[in-house]
Amino acid sequence: MTDLAVQVRGLVKQFGEVEAVRGIDLDVAAGETFGFLGPNGAGKSTTISMLCTLLAPDGGSALVAGHDVVRERDAVRRNIGLVFQDPTLDGYLSAEQNLRFHAELYGVPKALVPDRMRLVLEMVGLWERRSSLVQTYSGGMKRRLEIARGLLHAPRVLFLDEPTVGLDPQTRSSIWGYIEQLKAAEDITIFLTTHYMDEAEHCDRIAIIDQGRVIALDTPEALKASVGKDRVQLQVDDTDAAIDALRERFGLEATIAEGHVTVAVDGGEAFVPRVFAELGVPIRGVSVARPSLDDVFMSYTGTTIRDAETAGGPDPLTRMMAGRH
Amino acid sequence: MATTETRPATASPVRVVIPPGGWRADWRGIKVVWQRELIRFWRDRLRIVTSLLQPLIFLFVLGGGLANIASGGTEGVDLRTFMFPGVLAMAVLFTAMFSAASVVWDREYGFLREMLVAPVRRGSIVLGKCFGGATVAAFQGVIVMALAPLVHVPYSVSMILEVLALQLLLAFMITAFGVMAAVQISQMQAFMALMQMVVMPLLFLSGALFPLTGLPHWLAVLNRLDPLTYAVNPIREAVFANLDLTPAATAALLPGITWFGWNVPIAVQVLVVALCALAALEIAIVKFKRA
Repeated sequence: MTDLAVQVRGLVKQFGEVEAVRGIDLDVAAGETFGFLGPNGAGKSTTISMLCTLLAPDGGSALVAGHDVVRERDAVRRNIGLVFQDPTLDGYLSAEQNLRFHAELYGVPKALVPDRMRLVLEMVGLWERRSSLVQTYSGGMKRRLEIARGLLHAPRVLFLDEPTVGLDPQTRSSIWGYIEQLKAAEDITIFLTTHYMDEAEHCDRIAIIDQGRVIALDTPEALKASVGKDRVQLQVDDTDAAIDALRERFGLEATIAEGHVTVAVDGGEAFVPRVFAELGVPIRGVSVARPSLDDVFMSYTGTTIRDAETAGGPDPLTRMMAGRH
Repeated sequence: MATTETRPATASPVRVVIPPGGWRADWRGIKVVWQRELIRFWRDRLRIVTSLLQPLIFLFVLGGGLANIASGGTEGVDLRTFMFPGVLAMAVLFTAMFSAASVVWDREYGFLREMLVAPVRRGSIVLGKCFGGATVAAFQGVIVMALAPLVHVPYSVSMILEVLALQLLLAFMITAFGVMAAVQISQMQAFMALMQMVVMPLLFLSGALFPLTGLPHWLAVLNRLDPLTYAVNPIREAVFANLDLTPAATAALLPGITWFGWNVPIAVQVLVVALCALAALEIAIVKFKRA
């Protein structure tokens, strides 16, 4: 009956006066990579914490791997792996000792521990460094070790809360490499949050969350298609002639953006040969851009994700759980 | 909503093993938390040294310095010999406190969350911490005990075993007290300040450094209210049983504990410590569950 890795109905969480999560519905299929996209303070981490049984919801229900997050807390915990936004490693222990600690707490059968440990450490490229103290690791290595630890007990659902936040682009892309590899190797559902638009592209489906509500949910392609047209930019010497020609022959209103003649059209790639053949104005170069998730976010919320972040303030959960501010 | 897709189950090289819950899981949890405390203690050589230093200063510097002026009241017993049992308790006290501080550290560095989300009962994490604290503190206690001949206390198997058992119990109680306090404190400085404020008075009131004879009334009352008193006195009994003391010296230095004139038996004193330890443990677990 449960092909669904995560099933959420009407989930609500309040912190005093602040409604952090205001009635979220979600279905995540087993085996899916599901992205939760939104600015800081949108309710992403709060939702994840409820799904991981770290916070009790104020309303609604949630099943993770078929278990209720309130009534079957331990069953949920045994079925999930969780990589937190902030580091949660013991720097005074070696990587191996950190993993062993986790294996014991999560009751991984003793006979499986050595193989399992090697598997996850090799996956993140830290097997050679397993005996080093974690405090000697770089930020990217720590992150990879946390991901390895989240996988150690072979969870059905892996929650990654901002897995790449604060990392350099190279490390970010290598972590995405591991996540792809992981999907190929393990029978696992991945539920992640991010506020990097480009990272959301890696997901099978995305929920855009803003101010505690899911405002859009679909595949990245479908979301971008819903925004509509591609952006075609022409490099021409005579911009006025090009704009006139576009109006007369194609019925398109062009503008100048970044020094280039820019039009929005459906099917931008098919438009390129036509514009070369029919425009009648010499063209020196052309570029076609699909709508980005930034455009998607913009069209649903009326603001860019960066502007939303400056308005949103810090995540209430991070504040509460870190307990050090 | 997209349609639900099912993945072929055959492609997975990794069998998903859902571990069993129950007491076995809790026991493994207790054990691994305990082991971590030992590993960390062992890594932290500086802490081993510093928490030994303080008792030694009390014993040899303070005890040595005061020995002459105190000699009139000790019936011929070296002040350091008298203070030795108190210092045995003290070594345990400081180490156990530092162990409890690891809860604050774990919170500050996020490691606490790794433990809180694990599928084991919160109580097993607290128990593991307390056993860990008790073990490392008893280890420190053994080192101080090894100094016995320097203060004219000969070794004896029964003394060592009795003192070790009492030290374990005391360390467990102190770690549980510490964890109980640490659960609510998020900053190391605050915890250390609180400990200074609580531990020093408890230590001085317990009679670790002076005999319980002829105390002013108010001091006697505070002494009886201090749970440490009931650990220090049995340790002193165990050490003094190993010495040849004149009846006058015993009367002066080891009057025993009285409640409204009733001589409290050693077994009851140990029971008081055990009950305090259990109460602190229980409170710590309850608080930890809400953490």
